Amino acid sequence: MTGSKIITHLILICGAIFMTLPVWVAFASSTHAPETLLREGLQIWPGGHFLETYNEVLFVEGGVMKKVTAMQMLGNSMILGVGFAVGKVVISMLAAYAIVYFRFRLAVPLFWVIFLTLLLPLEVRIIPSYKVVADLGLLDTRAGLIVPLIASATGTFFFRQFFRSVPDELLEAARLDGATAWGFFKDILVPLSKTMIAAILIIMFVVGWNQYLWPLIMTTKEENYTLVIGIKQIYQVLSEGGELPQFQKAFALTILATLPPVMVVLIFQNWFVKGLVESEK
Amino acid sequence: MKRVQFEHSPLPYLFIAPQIIIIVIFFLWPAGQAIYQSFLLEDAFGLSSKFVWFRNYKDTIFSDAWLQAAGFTIVFSTIVTVLSLGLALLLAVKANEVLQGARTYKTLLMWAYAIAPPVAGLMGNLMFNPLVGDMYKFMNAIGFDFDHKLDPWDASFVVILISVWKQVSVNFIFFLSGLQGIPNSVIEAATMDCKSSFRRFWTITFPLLAPTTFFLMVINITYAFFDTFGIIDTTTQGAPGGATNTLVFKVYQDGFRGADIGGSSAQSVVLMLMVLALTVIQFRFIEKKVHY
Amino acid sequence: MSGVKLTGVRKTYPNGAEAIRGVDMDIQSGEMIVFVGPSGCGKSTLLRMVAGLEGISDGEISIGDRVINKVSPSERDVAMVFQNYALYPHMTVRGNMSYGLKNRKMPKAEIDARVEEAAKMLKIDAYLDRQPNQLSGGQRQRVAMGRAIVREPQVFLFDEPLSNLDAKLRVQMRIEIKKLQRRMNVTSIYVTHDQTEAMTLADRLAVINEGRVEQMGAPMELYTNPRTLFVASFIGAPQINLIPVQFDGTHLVNGGLSLAGFADLPRDTDLVLGVRPDTLSVDAGGQFSVRVDLVEQHGGENLIYGGVTAAKDAEGEELEICLKADKEMLPSIDDSLTLGFDPATAFVFRKDTGERLK
Repeated sequence: MTGSKIITHLILICGAIFMTLPVWVAFASSTHAPETLLREGLQIWPGGHFLETYNEVLFVEGGVMKKVTAMQMLGNSMILGVGFAVGKVVISMLAAYAIVYFRFRLAVPLFWVIFLTLLLPLEVRIIPSYKVVADLGLLDTRAGLIVPLIASATGTFFFRQFFRSVPDELLEAARLDGATAWGFFKDILVPLSKTMIAAILIIMFVVGWNQYLWPLIMTTKEENYTLVIGIKQIYQVLSEGGELPQFQKAFALTILATLPPVMVVLIFQNWFVKGLVESEK
Repeated sequence: MKRVQFEHSPLPYLFIAPQIIIIVIFFLWPAGQAIYQSFLLEDAFGLSSKFVWFRNYKDTIFSDAWLQAAGFTIVFSTIVTVLSLGLALLLAVKANEVLQGARTYKTLLMWAYAIAPPVAGLMGNLMFNPLVGDMYKFMNAIGFDFDHKLDPWDASFVVILISVWKQVSVNFIFFLSGLQGIPNSVIEAATMDCKSSFRRFWTITFPLLAPTTFFLMVINITYAFFDTFGIIDTTTQGAPGGATNTLVFKVYQDGFRGADIGGSSAQSVVLMLMVLALTVIQFRFIEKKVHY
Repeated sequence: MSGVKLTGVRKTYPNGAEAIRGVDMDIQSGEMIVFVGPSGCGKSTLLRMVAGLEGISDGEISIGDRVINKVSPSERDVAMVFQNYALYPHMTVRGNMSYGLKNRKMPKAEIDARVEEAAKMLKIDAYLDRQPNQLSGGQRQRVAMGRAIVREPQVFLFDEPLSNLDAKLRVQMRIEIKKLQRRMNVTSIYVTHDQTEAMTLADRLAVINEGRVEQMGAPMELYTNPRTLFVASFIGAPQINLIPVQFDGTHLVNGGLSLAGFADLPRDTDLVLGVRPDTLSVDAGGQFSVRVDLVEQHGGENLIYGGVTAAKDAEGEELEICLKADKEMLPSIDDSLTLGFDPATAFVFRKDTGERLK
């Protein structure tokens, strides 16, 4: 190996350690007793309390929160992630189909309405959004949690872009073959978009799972917490102090909140990267 | 546009309706409310309100707290953008060079994309916790009088470090795919024309990455403005003394904690204008790119 | 089977651009018509209007006795083969061929029978369960044809179906299309910009230029008896030699070039003389001489390109002439050859209108 090659690998190894070590330390520390952590600080090697910590966090009532277990929060996160991803794909595919494949009078103004959502991230309209959802009686409901999140323009733009790249002749052939508007969508366009749909589902699952601000103001009842929201609560519990700060549980919770989206990204790495890079074009 | 389209039928309206309905209810209406409320002043009990023109803007935008938050946001965004882009570019260039272990490096460098900002925030917070955090002890051991709960500089350092860490992977993914998108023949031609690999990078590779870099700059600024909310909320919460308050965090605090609806709305509207500016810049650029 | 009739057909786009400027055509049942012309001439638009993929601004198109202006594409009883095949990439060959029949609610047994039969005819029955991306270009082409055949339409429409194939395959598929069309005896319209394809496939050719039919007729009729300068220059390979000339009462004159044997032509008008390369011959008693620039050996024949020093072409450059000769004819570069032709086989056109005078 030449000198420059060694330096290249050295830089990459340093980068990899920088990106990985904190999470590894969090995992290792989550498997130790709280006393060990307080006495010796963070741990680099796993300890013997893995089952104990994770069992308590995942399944025992009062283990992390007052009532809700991490298992329930995991379920809530899963519903948010999957609901967000599926909802977004369905809604944006339909909208993009209308925009690309139909000639209708309001096409242009409606396209701009969708475009406008780019200018209105949740953060600039939190309080009135909260009010709308409260007025509709949707606080602490799954619908109130998911529906307001799924209508942004990104998904629609992505499918619009993709549909435009589908050769015109396919629609023409399908029309000669007697396909209706719905038939073309169902028989040709959706099967054709399979890999694109998969990629978007993966990205949107991660984005949905990681939602923070909206669930934070939307959910007031503990049983509706997602893992990411639980993070904030356990942090408050820690800083308020109790008898013995349960740092290992806080670490366990960060690991649990990280694991599912990370697994999805790692397993479907190629689709994920493709979808991410393509969708931003 | 398509050469042939389906014509005149209620179908397109049916297809586009779900999205439009949600947008109107949850985007346009609240945004309109925010603009409307930014001109209103509620009394202490929220019972009545009166129209006060730009008083909320005057009161909030020119307050020391808002200016401090604006200043921090700008400095914070700049540092986070520059550091995370620079680091990601370095790693992407190196990862693009190696043959052995390329896939492993790639995976290890990009996987943090999946971690939520508040989770990264809590993780960082625990690392810097005075009770168990080795980072806290480490910073003090190497001679800093480190206390991010009290010292604004130290608090900023923690927030910036976590924000950069969280953002490197996204930038890395885009830079790497940008590098892989450069045709091999161009690189080969450059190798024949220019001996120094360092010079080659700055004269050939980097200019070809310009579209990616520009796009990522916009993404990173947006990230630093908005998505770091979760990091700040789980670490410093704007402390000490508002030193790590970003504009978004302040909107949230004033609106939800302080119940100052008018002031918070006025801040929201200012943020909307900033997003508008960013978007215009982005699309100006994309249009240009199309004409090339 | 039924014929296709176009009456005063026009296509004007909303921006005012005229794509088709009035076409009348009567296509007999079972006939194979080829639309040929340069790109942008409107030949594809005209085909797509018959298919129903483009609206008709004015005039009438009918298939058999039925006016189809307002009939949707799938109910016109036509089938189309696209340039890029437009196969549904996610469906198998069988799926591609049966999709249109399924949409017509045809019983499954009949669909299967038709697909099997067409596949056998096209020799793709071994690939029925493959997807398009597992097939070669020629096989995809056959699938596209199969998809058209199974519908047993009144009219086949081909939109440059061979232009994505390599040269050898193109010739082979051209022959197969012709045979198939003969056998099935279905009225067909075939669009191409390739004049060899047009000549070999057509029962009748329609040369289209700027949205109009310049001339329509049997291929050899268009070759030997073109009505306009455009038709003469478009049909025939190698291209006809075009020589700008003036008539002085007895001779056609271009600089030092003076050709006898012409009469009854207008004086003081810019004319164009058209001489096919195969009507020129080396002849010691010929009318003009050329300096040989290049000899292309095509195997069975040689193409000899040479300059006529005395004359200028339309751009004011030295006139360049092409001659088709036997394979034995192998002059050296810069040799001087004396050429002659029978004035009766040459054409004379008006330069301004393109109208043929002789």
